[in-house]
Amino acid sequence: MSGPLPSARRILAILSKELIQLRRDRTTLGMVIMIPLIQLVLFGYAINTNVRNIPAALVDQANSGLSRVLTQTVEATQVVRFTEHYADIAAAQAAIVEGRVRAAFIIPSDLSQRVARSASVGAGLETPPATDEQTSRPVAQWIVDGSDTMIAGAIKGLRAMPLTELLRRPANRATPTFAVALFFNPEQRTAINIVPGLVAVILTMTMVMFTSAAIVRESERGNMEMLINTPVRPLELMLGKIAPYIIIGLVQTTIILLLGHLIFGVPLDGSLLALAVSTLAFIGASLALGLVLSTIASNQLQAMQMTVFILLPSILLSGFMFPYEGMPVPAQYIAEVLPATHFMRAIRAVVLRDASLEQVAEDSLWLLGFMLVGLLLASLRFKKRLD
Amino acid sequence: MAERVTEPKPASLIKPASKPAPAPAPAPAPASSTAPLIKPATGPTGPVIEARGLTRRFGQLIAVDALDLSVAPRTIYGFLGPNGCGKTTTLRMLTGLLTPSAGSVTVLGHELPRDAERLKRRIGYMTQKFSLYDDLTVAENLRFVAEIYGLGRQVTRQRISELLSTYALEPMRHRRAGRMSGGQRQRLALAAATIHQPSLLFLDEPTSAVDPENRRDFWERLFDLIDTGASILVSTHYMDEAERCHRLAIMESGHKRADGSPTALMAAMGARVVEVEAPDLRALKQQLAALPEVISAAQLGSRLRVLVQERISDPLAWIKAQPLKPAPTALDLARPSLEDVFVTSTGITSKSPRQPSPDPDPDPDPNHNASAESATGIETAAGAITEIKQHPGERQP
Repeated sequence: MSGPLPSARRILAILSKELIQLRRDRTTLGMVIMIPLIQLVLFGYAINTNVRNIPAALVDQANSGLSRVLTQTVEATQVVRFTEHYADIAAAQAAIVEGRVRAAFIIPSDLSQRVARSASVGAGLETPPATDEQTSRPVAQWIVDGSDTMIAGAIKGLRAMPLTELLRRPANRATPTFAVALFFNPEQRTAINIVPGLVAVILTMTMVMFTSAAIVRESERGNMEMLINTPVRPLELMLGKIAPYIIIGLVQTTIILLLGHLIFGVPLDGSLLALAVSTLAFIGASLALGLVLSTIASNQLQAMQMTVFILLPSILLSGFMFPYEGMPVPAQYIAEVLPATHFMRAIRAVVLRDASLEQVAEDSLWLLGFMLVGLLLASLRFKKRLD
Repeated sequence: MAERVTEPKPASLIKPASKPAPAPAPAPAPASSTAPLIKPATGPTGPVIEARGLTRRFGQLIAVDALDLSVAPRTIYGFLGPNGCGKTTTLRMLTGLLTPSAGSVTVLGHELPRDAERLKRRIGYMTQKFSLYDDLTVAENLRFVAEIYGLGRQVTRQRISELLSTYALEPMRHRRAGRMSGGQRQRLALAAATIHQPSLLFLDEPTSAVDPENRRDFWERLFDLIDTGASILVSTHYMDEAERCHRLAIMESGHKRADGSPTALMAAMGARVVEVEAPDLRALKQQLAALPEVISAAQLGSRLRVLVQERISDPLAWIKAQPLKPAPTALDLARPSLEDVFVTSTGITSKSPRQPSPDPDPDPDPNHNASAESATGIETAAGAITEIKQHPGERQP
């Protein structure tokens, strides 16, 4: 019993003690269920990368039937919504500065001539030379608050909008250069991508938070003084502390994926084995990370601050919000260190692309390695001495 | 003015500590007299704790300075001293939690700090603050500790039921520790600290949150443990607790000032005790304390307890000869108490200079500034629990 191996009995004693404490802590137990539920519903609906209904101002200098048709055609795209109407450009610019609108649509008084020329060009002969100032003039102008690149991008997308309605005849559409086939999310619904990512974010938050407070709490409540006077070994304490949270992590993953499937129609096609292995590896890595933080923090507030310090890059750099590939290379290196990045890749691969266990093996192995290093580090850092 | 020797404390609260082996306590709990709590110590007759030149520094502060210690088996050894005198630091070095800056320690034959982990199975430690889990029940706490110590299932069940009856915790076995009274929590803590039947028990100010009735009961349990062969090291800042110990070390700012049995310490005290009665005790106290021959003067109700240096052969006549303003109406010689020993063996006296005194002192010599309150905190009548207040300028590391 006094061999070098950790005693299973002691680990079980700590595990069951943690479970009893957890069962009696109703608030924490409630949060275990409510955090994934609320965040799934909230973010599943709220986070939308398809920009719609941007408030815009309209300056209609033509004020003709044609200009009204043009306005309706633009609004029909649902990209913008004209909330303000102004007589001159200066007033529209002021509205942008004040933040009442994000863009202004200016229809010049010579709209009908411009449309007529555009139509004659479109009649099907040759493309007019770009130098021809008369024929290459656009029919109207957008002034955009370009500080938000997503909004600017959405309005830029309107540039090549076909004016079929305006010209009352089929547009002479050019053949696209490329054919694009959208796999895995043909309807381009953001929730499909967000929900599996939410598993990574919520698990990072709850797992790191629970364990980062675990050791500190024992010290703060004075229980540590008793524990360090017993023959318990650091590794036994660490393993007993994280074991109950593995179950909690699996419960949370199930809630998110199941509700994501029922509410948002997120597919659940991938292999359950690959899903279980990568999720367990990620839960283990997050718990080990929390334990390391717990041996650094000297009170629960510090532990909480460290959790947030880990959580923010896990949301912003992991590929949850923005594509990992678009980040500068140094930022990618930082993201590679975070367990959330690896799990984001693995769970999206499994859930959305039906990847097999072998296909997510690399990320899963990395997470397992992270867990082992973390456990070792936490055990070494944890001293049964007070000096 | 008759010369009488008065008893310093009511006898009811004092355990005759001079007896080497105390009589078995009347046990309110049925099982305590039958079930052995601790396996009888097999063999060792040498000291259970042996420390030489034990020193611990925290940066500039020397918390414990060259402490020599020898604790005989089957005794209760007490550390008496104010907060911050190094009691807890010493206890932590003796249990292997702190590495000594200098000196050597052997506890139960284990050399520390090298052998600390192996020692932990053989000692019990009761922390100053309740350190079991508030949100676990009595039985759950005990089971947790038993499993951590690696007791077998059978032994665990048996020990828990023994301890529940010994410490009268059976009716509240399913009550959460956080919802129990101070006395109940303290019995639970002692039960948990002895669940693995340690041969040496460390108690760090065990009764600081407990009323006198429970404290008395608690000490009966300690003597029961001694009867079964255990040895106990206890730190305290209560005089009545210190008097119950077989042997006592008086600590002050990291130094051991005195070491011996309470009676021996009282007998060897280098001072005489005089109790004075007068109409204005506060004024008299200031005048007496200002005298260089007076070690301390402290008010106990309607009397003033004055410690006079031993070189004054007749302290009663000597006090009468002093030009005191309200002349004493009665003077008696009193038997020294442990508190008097403490006052004479440490620098903590009512004469120690303090921060700005409330009323201006005409005496230019700061050492004779006697206007300050007694630093030993003697504010209650004799026999009541006396707590030593923190020495000015000292703090717990």
